[in-house]
Amino acid sequence: MQRLTAQNVTLAYEQRVIAENLSVEIPDHSFTVIVGPNACGKSTLLRALSRMLKPAAGQVLLDGQAIGSLPAKQVARTLGLLPQSSTAPDGITVADLVARGRYPHQGLLRQWSAQDERIVAESMASTGVAELADRAVDELSGGQRQRVWIAMALAQQTPLLLLDEPTTYLDIQHQLDVLDLCAELHEEQGRTLVAVLHDLNHAARYATHLIAMRGGTVVAEGPPAEVVTAELVERVFGLKCQVIDDPETGTPLVVPATRQARAKASAPAAAV
Amino acid sequence: MLVESPPSKSAAPVAATRPRNAARTAGLLAALGVLAAIAVASIAVGAKQMPLDQVWHGLFGYSGTPSDVVVRDLRVPRTLLGLMVGAALGLSGAVMQALTRNPLAEPGILGVNAGAAAAVVSAISFLGASSLTEYVWYAFAGAALVSVLVYVLGGSRAATPVRLALAGTAASFALVSYVNAVQLMDSKALDKLRFWTVGSLASATMDTAVRVAPFIAVGAVLALLLGRPLNAMAMGDDTARALGADLTRTRVTAMVAVTLLCGAATAACGPIVFIGLMIPHLVRVFTGPDMRWVLAYSAVLSPVLLLGADVLGRVVTRPAELQVGIVTALIGGPVFIVLVRRKRMAQL
Repeated sequence: MQRLTAQNVTLAYEQRVIAENLSVEIPDHSFTVIVGPNACGKSTLLRALSRMLKPAAGQVLLDGQAIGSLPAKQVARTLGLLPQSSTAPDGITVADLVARGRYPHQGLLRQWSAQDERIVAESMASTGVAELADRAVDELSGGQRQRVWIAMALAQQTPLLLLDEPTTYLDIQHQLDVLDLCAELHEEQGRTLVAVLHDLNHAARYATHLIAMRGGTVVAEGPPAEVVTAELVERVFGLKCQVIDDPETGTPLVVPATRQARAKASAPAAAV
Repeated sequence: MLVESPPSKSAAPVAATRPRNAARTAGLLAALGVLAAIAVASIAVGAKQMPLDQVWHGLFGYSGTPSDVVVRDLRVPRTLLGLMVGAALGLSGAVMQALTRNPLAEPGILGVNAGAAAAVVSAISFLGASSLTEYVWYAFAGAALVSVLVYVLGGSRAATPVRLALAGTAASFALVSYVNAVQLMDSKALDKLRFWTVGSLASATMDTAVRVAPFIAVGAVLALLLGRPLNAMAMGDDTARALGADLTRTRVTAMVAVTLLCGAATAACGPIVFIGLMIPHLVRVFTGPDMRWVLAYSAVLSPVLLLGADVLGRVVTRPAELQVGIVTALIGGPVFIVLVRRKRMAQL
């Protein structure tokens, strides 16, 4: 059994049900990417996996135990989350912000130590923000800021790291930059990563395990090379396309059909 | 709660944070020095001036001389109460600003002090409450009730800083009018209330100081323990929970701390405005956003301001006195305008 699983969960905000009877396993040591159209429940699933949302039914298990019943700090030492939005306190420096990632490792009797100091330095080094240590976070660019938040999550030193749309609001170069960083964390540090991404081609290129969702259910999952087909993309996103080999990496590359071809394809569907 | 980073051989960028902590520690010691000096001034200065040797004699060699009596029965209780109430107001302001992520949050602006005051005035006028022991409980009830009311009026979970400040200000005005109305109707209570409602240390007795001390002590300990969870919450609810912070426990503890601190301070001295707003802001300029330091500095510098204002009030109209609540409002008004005009005020 994998460390992080969702078993028959029903996910809902107030009365609005997003997903019912959903089961997902996150393969250990994978870089799992969840994709799907807007409102398919992918971010909701990630929120449930990271215990931000309590399932209305079913449960999310971390190491075989219901995640909601475990002590908050204990979970925070195993599973980290980079939420869609975080607020940097006014005027905080990069080093101070990253140091806050040590929160779950501290307590009244367990104060700041040389080890904490070292881990903060390592986290900044591996995300390439060490030179920015004394800069104020609010002065940084969007790409740098995202790296700092990832550094903070790394300082938490969790074997599992969940990222909710980590590339949103970044330009293409910084998107790849963040994804490269995720790939490094996965390959070199052996962490299990779970990310929600919008860009199917990014997902296909970087993921080792893909979960495709639509309407609150998992439509397909597996290695991108097996999952990403023209038929699946049409089924999940309603998009007519060709899937070719990425000339750089050999991973699947989604090329949308022309406007005319897509209009023709969607016309009969709309009539139904 | 204050953590000095131990030396380590790690990378240079992290080492750079340590001189900053050293500066913060040195600053805190200096602030304590200033506080000690102000406390001595508060014992020495007044309608009857005391040379330092008389202050010393009254404190440590009490033999019943008239100046010994002034020191022991008037100045020392007044100074002790000023220290405690000042710390209470500063800590509660810092906690509220962090908790609501609202730079305008302050027990005065959010109506908490007015709530405590209205409850105490009602108790004196209608229920015949006459001792501080009774005031305190009414003050707690009033403070807690108005905190909840303002939170609900401000939109509960959808509360924004501006809505909370508006709701609090509205509640404050209404409650202050009520307090004034009660005083006008009840001329017997008026005298007892007149000094109290503007905020004054003048009627401080050792008995008052001793009675509010436990409440303020518990409130202060709770507030100081909140430094790290409030640091986590400053980054947004999701991030705080991802780090393992318990949001509900932190919010409840914070509200208990604020109610204890504001209730006790208001019961002892009446509503004193601006200290809880001003000091955490001034402190943050020096310490940065780390709540552990903001709380520690606020606890030390707020009594400096309160005692300073009290001493000033005794000097400017000598031999009469200006109530400390008036002096802090006079100082606070201009400082508040400067704060509002500062660009970074918008965010915490």
